[in-house]
Amino acid sequence: MSRIADAVNAPFAPVRAFFRKHRSFGIFVGVVLLSIALPLLTRVPPFDGIQSTNAWVNAFTTAAIYAMLAMGLNVVIGFAGLLDLGYAAFFALGGYTYAFVAAPFTGIHLPFWPMLLAGGVVGAIFGVLLGAPTLRLRGDYLAIVTLGFGEIVPITLMNADKFTDGVNGIGGIDKPSIPGILQFTLTNPWPMYGLVIALFSLIMIMIYRLEDSRLGRTWDAIREDELAAESSGVNIVIAKLQAFAVGASIAGIVGVVNAAKITIVTPDQFRFAVSISALAAVVLGGMGNTIGVATGAFIIYLFQSILLKQLNTLVENINIPVLNQIDFLDFQYVLYGIVLVLMMLKRPQGIFPARRRMREFAPLKIGKRGAK
Amino acid sequence: MATASVTSSTAGRLLGNLRLPLSILAFLGLALGVLGIDQFVNAMTLGAIYALVALGYTMVYGIIELINFAHGDVFMVGSFVAMFISSSLLGNEGAITNVPMLAASVLILFALTISVMALLGALIERLAYRPLRRAPKLAPLITAIGVSFILQNVIQFFFGPTIVTVPQLVPIEWSIQVSGSRVPLLNLFVIATSVILMVALQLFISRTRTGRAMRTTSMDRDASSLMGVDINRTIMITFLIGSGLAGAAGVVHGLYYGNTTFGLGFQSGLKAFTAAVLGGIGNTAGAALGGFLIAFVEVGASAFGYGRWGGAIVFSLLVIFLVFRPTGLLGSHTGDRA
Repeated sequence: MSRIADAVNAPFAPVRAFFRKHRSFGIFVGVVLLSIALPLLTRVPPFDGIQSTNAWVNAFTTAAIYAMLAMGLNVVIGFAGLLDLGYAAFFALGGYTYAFVAAPFTGIHLPFWPMLLAGGVVGAIFGVLLGAPTLRLRGDYLAIVTLGFGEIVPITLMNADKFTDGVNGIGGIDKPSIPGILQFTLTNPWPMYGLVIALFSLIMIMIYRLEDSRLGRTWDAIREDELAAESSGVNIVIAKLQAFAVGASIAGIVGVVNAAKITIVTPDQFRFAVSISALAAVVLGGMGNTIGVATGAFIIYLFQSILLKQLNTLVENINIPVLNQIDFLDFQYVLYGIVLVLMMLKRPQGIFPARRRMREFAPLKIGKRGAK
Repeated sequence: MATASVTSSTAGRLLGNLRLPLSILAFLGLALGVLGIDQFVNAMTLGAIYALVALGYTMVYGIIELINFAHGDVFMVGSFVAMFISSSLLGNEGAITNVPMLAASVLILFALTISVMALLGALIERLAYRPLRRAPKLAPLITAIGVSFILQNVIQFFFGPTIVTVPQLVPIEWSIQVSGSRVPLLNLFVIATSVILMVALQLFISRTRTGRAMRTTSMDRDASSLMGVDINRTIMITFLIGSGLAGAAGVVHGLYYGNTTFGLGFQSGLKAFTAAVLGGIGNTAGAALGGFLIAFVEVGASAFGYGRWGGAIVFSLLVIFLVFRPTGLLGSHTGDRA
């Protein structure tokens, strides 16, 4: 580091030391500052011309939901090294859990807040139910089993009309409220934004603490060398189950929030593409790096929902006949595909590689190093 | 990759060897009795298509232990390539009743589609999988998922998200009478095509030098390399053949159903993969067997009014097999490591 950079950094040294000691607090402060900065930024050109601040806040909320999903998947893939291709299933189960007890379809109207926890519990239960028999399988078989599960859940939701209203899904889901103080509405995106940001920082803090816990190191050991971990006395199946349960419960909680935000759940919302979009965020951000993965999710979400949408309007305005036919939003799926292929070929450790994870991908570079 | 045929003179061994064919015959007889001839022929036809696709999964898995996620989509692209060649290049619109003309059109269609798809498969291997051959195992799998998404959406971009019509060259009304039921020649044609291709594949794997190279590579890549087998070439040929078969399945699918869609590859790909697992992944005969089994399960489910659950039942079978019998029905050389 240069002398100038040292001089600039010097006054911040105590601040950094403080946050190194109190990292959870640091994450909280960072997320809150960012969540204040982002809406402010949308009032500045060129962002203010794209859409209203409310629409931006809504987009950020969705992005944060997507990022939480990616962080949860990262626990399974990045920490424990288990490729879960049916992650959307747990997201769906959380959403339907809330929809089932808070919508006109069943006539039950339970409050939102306890259901937030219930969604997590349901997710964890199904995670364990799926994981218990399957976690003994080797990595690629596990991937296919989870994929099969990810398909079975939407098919079941689609066909069990009596309980889920089939293809139509369950609509009119209750919005959260703090009795006497605040009622969430569809028109005012701010309360939901606040809720999601709070949950986001909570989940991020939890994941960071997990990573440094005994369990986190167990996951590291399993991922790096399962055999060695087992012979060192690690109960592999239990540890993998815990990863599955943690990941699934995060998806369940996020599913509840998502259902409350968009007030409708349909089987189609939880297709394979959702699992893959979360996977793309994990791969882009860097497996195992929580902040990286969340950033990856933000990049992908903003790219597809802002940039591609902008391309649509841009092409419409310029009126190029050939391009007018194209709906650029269709490209989001190609985007996932390209992200997965290119990242795996060119930068498997992700844009922001996890420190602990670097070694795993190092063998790829042996040839290059040898040439030096 | 191929099951070694054990020859023995003792009667016990002979009976042991006959157990599988006998149980298959018994199963077919039972299925025929339960489903009736119409549904039975439907199941056999569907099974023929699944089996062709399953072969590609099982060959690739056998040789590089990669679940080639994009294979189902290669099949889907094959159905579109066949549609394009048939309707745009050959100018077909519907059934051809002139027999020599029909035979020529179908032959050209097969030859072109299979070649194009074989090249596409080899290209995918070269660009997406070969660079990752020494990478951690999940890397090529994730890449394969990416390739699958790219293929799907490129097709969707060019042909749209709706169902596309494919010319049905073989007249549907041509049929023969079997014990009072009308069996369309089209179904028999589909079954015959796939059986011929499967037999040809078995012969290729068991009788040719390249086939032997494929078998040794799947057993021990490094050792075969030391014995002078060109690994890259062998793996590429595996992809050529597997994707070519998927192309043939694409042609057959178009001729039989008369339509295709960009989402075809995902569901039927997963079902074909289930077939490969059911038969014992890495085992080509098993893949064929699994393909027919899956078709019977699916057709049986819809015959009993559970058609909507067909997919869920097949995937449950997949999960159950992977958990309790990862080596499949016929066993596989890789299953022990599952």
